[in-house]
Amino acid sequence: MSFLGKLTIEAVPYHEPIIMVALSVVALLGIALAVYLTKADKWGMLWNDWITSIDHKRLGIMYIILALIMLLRGFADAIMMRTQLAMATNGAEGYLPPEHYDQIFTAHGVIMIIFMAMPFMIGLMNIILPLQVGARDVAFPFLNNLSFWLTAGGAVLINISLGLGEFAKTGWVAYPPLSGLEYSPGVGVDYYIWALQISGLGTLLTAVNFLVTVFKMRAPGMKLMQMPIFTWTCTWANILIAASFPILTAVLAMLTLDRYMDFHFFTNEAGGNSMMYINLFWAWGHPEVYILVLPAFGIFSEIISTFTAKRLFGYKSMVYASGAIAILGFIVWLHHFFTMGSSANVNAFFGIMTMIIAVPTGVKLFNWIFTIYRGRLRITVPVLWTLGFIVTFTIGGMTGVLLAIPGADYVLHNSLFLIAHFHNTIIGGAVFGYLAGFAYWFPKAVGFKLDERWGKASFWCWQIGFLLAFMPLYVLGFLGMTRRLNHTDNPDWNIWLYIAAFGAVVIAFGILFQVIQLVVSFINREALDDTTGDPWNGHTLEWSTASPPQFYNFAKIPHVNDIDTWTDMKEKGEAYQRHEDYEPIHMPKNTPAGIQISASLTVFCFAMIWHIWWLAPIGLIGAIGFFIKRCYTSDVDYYVQPDEIKRIEHEHLKNAPKEVTA
Amino acid sequence: MLIRNLSKIALTAIALTLAGCSGGVLDPKGQVGVEEKWLIIICTLLMLIVVIPVIVMTLYFAWKYRASRDFEVYTPKWAHSVKIESAVWSIPVLIIIVLGIITWKSTHALDPYKPIEGRGEHMTVEVVSLNWKWLFIYPEQGIATVNELVFPADKPVKFKITSESTMNSFFIPQLGSQIYSMAGMETKLHLIADEPGTYDGFSSNYSGAGFTGMQFDAIATPTKDDFDAWVEKVKQQGGELDQAQYKALIEPTEYHPVTYFADVEDNLFNTIIMKYMKDHGEMSYYSKPNNAVEGHHEGAQKMSHHSGAHDSGAEE
Repeated sequence: MSFLGKLTIEAVPYHEPIIMVALSVVALLGIALAVYLTKADKWGMLWNDWITSIDHKRLGIMYIILALIMLLRGFADAIMMRTQLAMATNGAEGYLPPEHYDQIFTAHGVIMIIFMAMPFMIGLMNIILPLQVGARDVAFPFLNNLSFWLTAGGAVLINISLGLGEFAKTGWVAYPPLSGLEYSPGVGVDYYIWALQISGLGTLLTAVNFLVTVFKMRAPGMKLMQMPIFTWTCTWANILIAASFPILTAVLAMLTLDRYMDFHFFTNEAGGNSMMYINLFWAWGHPEVYILVLPAFGIFSEIISTFTAKRLFGYKSMVYASGAIAILGFIVWLHHFFTMGSSANVNAFFGIMTMIIAVPTGVKLFNWIFTIYRGRLRITVPVLWTLGFIVTFTIGGMTGVLLAIPGADYVLHNSLFLIAHFHNTIIGGAVFGYLAGFAYWFPKAVGFKLDERWGKASFWCWQIGFLLAFMPLYVLGFLGMTRRLNHTDNPDWNIWLYIAAFGAVVIAFGILFQVIQLVVSFINREALDDTTGDPWNGHTLEWSTASPPQFYNFAKIPHVNDIDTWTDMKEKGEAYQRHEDYEPIHMPKNTPAGIQISASLTVFCFAMIWHIWWLAPIGLIGAIGFFIKRCYTSDVDYYVQPDEIKRIEHEHLKNAPKEVTA
Repeated sequence: MLIRNLSKIALTAIALTLAGCSGGVLDPKGQVGVEEKWLIIICTLLMLIVVIPVIVMTLYFAWKYRASRDFEVYTPKWAHSVKIESAVWSIPVLIIIVLGIITWKSTHALDPYKPIEGRGEHMTVEVVSLNWKWLFIYPEQGIATVNELVFPADKPVKFKITSESTMNSFFIPQLGSQIYSMAGMETKLHLIADEPGTYDGFSSNYSGAGFTGMQFDAIATPTKDDFDAWVEKVKQQGGELDQAQYKALIEPTEYHPVTYFADVEDNLFNTIIMKYMKDHGEMSYYSKPNNAVEGHHEGAQKMSHHSGAHDSGAEE
């Protein structure tokens, strides 16, 4: 074994033009960014205000930037797959051989779920949840920074795999024995394991952090049943994370032992059994989809009740329905493998449990509809996403119930019908939700609103593109096309594959218009400026702060009397109160410990992937060392003085309405 | 009215889709597939009872209560109604109860392990997924083939399935259900072709680089005599399949041509399964016929030499 373990110059795929072009573009962008930062003398700002920041709002923005970058990467994978399948018909080979294509569909799944959807959801939660419960930050601000950098470390690993070695060729579920050493001897599966482990750790810590925040740091007066609905759905999602991510950690650890130390948990021989991996994987994997979609449900609820200028219909039903979904989400995992040979009793049980989830989900849909009923609905971009979601997700829910019927699943399992179904729920449910939340809370996080026209153009491209890209997959599933095929030879399928590829192009325009929307909004930021902090006439506490919020969020912690506290305060004339005296505010200090620990762990993971045995302990000991150093640092906090608070508050209230009555 | 029109459109769309399907799961040629097709259609229609009103109400309310129509009733504080909330909980509950009953019954009726009733004796085919091809062993005929599966129409077939390497799924869409193939284990599937024909078969669980090429023709011959003639052909053309040949066969290949074997080693299928059971602590447990029967249906069970004992346990 050489000095660099398995790593040699051969690991760089210089004979693959597609990869090399992609890498060159990334390198050029990186250089351009570095040059800009140097010229504008912004490295210090980047380090002090962002990288080391423990402010939940800034971390939230960084999560969302990470999510958007990974969205571009994951979407590039998607459009390559659709192009390949549209070209490789009638027995043609297409332009992506299995060697490359199999990595792409694996990377697409992992990136979109772990490195796009999760950071997007956690980013929105970071920005909004502490504001909604009237807290000055999360319970453990440093831990929050560490969580972000652990997630980023995973994202870095998965991107390194593009230019150094390979990614897994196993599908995003990485079922053994295919993902075992015998059938996947390369580093691809190792990249998969370590990227998921390190980011999964970050996610788990986030959940713990936000659970403590919600249970211990709510503003005085706020009962659990008065928490804003987004906070509630995030809380259910965090409970799911805390309960399910350890399963992922354990199952990946077992796969690691199989691959590195010749254990036989999941191998064919020596008593291993891959069925155990499949069960454990989905015991995490199924709750995971509810982790993604529950916060999106919360976002839609907030948007509907804000833009109808009406209370949310059936708040209690919504909370209980979310809880029912969260709990039921844990006892349905077997529906991912009805075809593994379980008895009819077992399959029927899990099938019925799965379809019971349709009940609370249906209740939610009706509650949104009855929130619109007798309201005053302003058709803004967030509302368009919400209406698009209701229509799209309802179809996805229906096909989901169909797949939950074992007898139907026996012929639809692993077909493109399944692919259509879960994109229907994850794009139509989760992603539409995040994009709705992005448009809705953008002014809060950044200080100016987004351009409506480009936003609407983007929505319609996404919505129409989605239908064009995925409805044909339902048909293809019925026509007997299975997933992960590299090429096809069936003339009946061609037309549907072409339509799906065209749909992906339409979605590409949706993404392009969003980029344009950001640029246009930035240029017109003066006109779109949100001076009051409450651009939509919102119901909840985040709208009581400035946009962007003061770094301490609340000069005086509000007292909560109602679910729609901010509306309540506006109606009682208690909003925008000016004070002359303020108490000093206790705040945490920024720290480089998060990125130090995470960078060391990322080095450790990289060394483990390439079997660089001298480097791995350095990384691991480095991480522990930085952690101990942080533990013994006592200079972690400071007080904001009343005169500074007064200056900031009066500056914000200058623009605020004198008196507000709804 | 609107709802009625929409459901008409939906029905027409379904009808058109069905008519347009050839070769897929909505164009079944066997009893199992036919039952599954009707299960899909009935359950879809049941769900549309909720789905269509949801979509229509959403769009209608969004239009009716949009901000510019400020003459409509506006009740900003109205957030609870026992009547509506009882309805929105109970309507989905009722539909799920109906679907649940259908699910319970159909899952038992369509259990892949359950022999097909009232269609006569089953013939047995042993299926082994290899990288990346299918090996079909005919224990009753003493022959084997690669990537070609032949059986008479109207004759129920019992498939005993395992894998030499990675996990695959054995699937002939027009005949119905699929089931995984896993190394060291045996799964079962019972299918029948009601009409003679050549149907597409393939693996529907990704298993590596050559996965796309794991296709085979499933040929249902019009008569038993045609099948016997085919068996005769295989016996004449085919070579021997013993351990040495098998070893050569399991080397990874893609788009393996159809191959015949006339002289198949006794008990080859069991040997393939037992290969992964060597030194396995549970072996002695599963070797006892009684326990093996009990163990049946608790997942794809570990295989034993006494596989015959499982059959009695198959119908519960």
